[in-house]
Amino acid sequence: MTQPIIQLSGLDKFYGNFQALSQVDLDIKTGEFFSLLGPSGCGKTTLLRSIAGFETPSAGSLYIDGQSMDGVPANKRPTNMVFQSYAIFPHMSVAENVAYGLKARKLPKAEIKTRVTDAIAMVGLQGFGERASHGLSGGQRQRVALARALVLKPRVLLLDEPLSALDKKLREQMQSELRQLQRAVGITFVLVTHDQEEALTMSDRIAVMFDGTIAQVATPQDLYGQPCSRRVANFIGMMNFLDAKILSTSGETVDVDVQSFGKLTLPLGQATGGLEGCDAVGVRPEMLTILTGSQTAEREIEAVVSEVFYYGDMTYYDVRLPFKEESVTITMRNTAGRSILGVGEKARVGWSASSLLLLK
Amino acid sequence: MTWFQKWRRGEGAQGLFLISPTLAFTLLLLAVPLVMVIVLSFWTQDYLTLHRTFSLENYRTAWTEPMYQYLMARSLKISMLVTAMTVLLAYPVAYFISFRVSPKRKAMWIFLITIPFWTSYLMRIFLWKVILGYNGVVNGSLMGLGVIEQPLSFILYNQNAVVLTLAHAWVPFAILPIFVALERVDRSLIEAAEDLGDTKWRRFLRVTLPLSMPGVIAATIIVFIPTIGDYVTPRLVGGPNGLMIANMIELQFKKANDAPLGAALAISAMIIVTCVALIFIWLNKKYIREAK
Repeated sequence: MTQPIIQLSGLDKFYGNFQALSQVDLDIKTGEFFSLLGPSGCGKTTLLRSIAGFETPSAGSLYIDGQSMDGVPANKRPTNMVFQSYAIFPHMSVAENVAYGLKARKLPKAEIKTRVTDAIAMVGLQGFGERASHGLSGGQRQRVALARALVLKPRVLLLDEPLSALDKKLREQMQSELRQLQRAVGITFVLVTHDQEEALTMSDRIAVMFDGTIAQVATPQDLYGQPCSRRVANFIGMMNFLDAKILSTSGETVDVDVQSFGKLTLPLGQATGGLEGCDAVGVRPEMLTILTGSQTAEREIEAVVSEVFYYGDMTYYDVRLPFKEESVTITMRNTAGRSILGVGEKARVGWSASSLLLLK
Repeated sequence: MTWFQKWRRGEGAQGLFLISPTLAFTLLLLAVPLVMVIVLSFWTQDYLTLHRTFSLENYRTAWTEPMYQYLMARSLKISMLVTAMTVLLAYPVAYFISFRVSPKRKAMWIFLITIPFWTSYLMRIFLWKVILGYNGVVNGSLMGLGVIEQPLSFILYNQNAVVLTLAHAWVPFAILPIFVALERVDRSLIEAAEDLGDTKWRRFLRVTLPLSMPGVIAATIIVFIPTIGDYVTPRLVGGPNGLMIANMIELQFKKANDAPLGAALAISAMIIVTCVALIFIWLNKKYIREAK
């Protein structure tokens, strides 16, 4: 395997007494679309700004492309950034904005011109070159910011919540455009976001961060399917939790006593974050089914519907299981002929032991 | 209801009532005297008799007489020098407060800048006389150190002294607009410039300076307009070669007893200042439009 483009080890960052980053170790592979995901204040932006060179880590090492970035200022790093505010120079036209970095590198005029034209075309802004930058819409500003950074052919493109300022429809469009652009240019993208859906749909790999530490690094599928802790599971999508108590372990299996579900034997692989400290079992809402008529499942349990949310294509049920205070959410696809249950009706809930995750 | 009652209850009338004290003040003490000066400038005076017939004679004198041309040019030169010096001195201070001082301390620094205003302007001019005078602080120190044997004479009672004194007085007024403009420069733009490969000095020239130009232009206008008409400073520290157009206007109104010519000189000076100010305002608009 080739060398990672970004290698972080033992990175710490303090602001006074506040620790923004704590012992961050991370390798980002060349050419991947990598996301830093976490709630606000988790340190993801600080981490990105440390890579860009705007923050100096208090401890630890940072290598980009095999080179130590210790003491290397932002203007000398092989990274470029798309800022959250886009930071488009208001006193310059679109083309002047895109040409900014090329002029800083004192390239010949003819080369600047062709590269700027290509970059503007690449982000779909043909004909906008002479426009003043202050008349642009949010989406256009973002494209200018992208062109301005990509025209320099950086080794890594850093994106700080680039889609948060756009409305929902434009955001979804830009998500797929960004993904396509990344595939086309082959540059490593590092994206900071607090939107789990955005991270899941766009990334090759995701690092989930809480309180200045990285909780889990995984592909979107693994992150959703095998979260390493309750906190990660809760942050990525919906998850039902049932109290669980480990009774004993033997070789490849573990015996647990699960609230409502009773005593079970699960393979050790279902303790995705390790067995130590596990006190709950998680199950995704779509892994539970409400059985109708003669349908059967591997295991069944009686429940009472306490709330119904109808979404058109889906119905979200909140149901009460025996021996459990809080309700459990089940999502069902509204296929043809399937009737919607009402509040207070009894339901047979089908589940399987293989869809349970042992979490701490 | 009569139209008057209707009008009186309208929003326009309410606004008019609200501004009426200021309006009356402005009309009586600014507009009326101004009109009087304009009217006066078209009359002529012969010793003590005022001829109330329309005449452009005063303007012909004001614009063709070499002495007035020379004084006007000197006034322009001095106030341009003062403006240049003031803005050049104010910019680094404003930059320092905006970029280097921690946000908590900025208000304190701005407050410190106003300290010179605690003393009257006349006092400050006299202090410059003490500092620059024949037996003043500068000469005394230099002679005491043995750097010079005779007191320097070129530091007081000439144009240099006028420029220095005026610049010192006006720097605080220039710092404030530049500071405000620098505060409004989005810091992420400067980071973006750094990210795109510019060194500190280059990103100042390409981003910070152009974006702070509205403040620089405002400071220029604020300093230039009042200094060109200043007459206290040249009178006290300017010596015979440091006199400016305002001193001549004063002379015409008082000792020379030719108020109409003084009025014509004053109106001429106002026209020139207006033209210069309009150029700056046009420049400012251009920058503001681009910076939006």
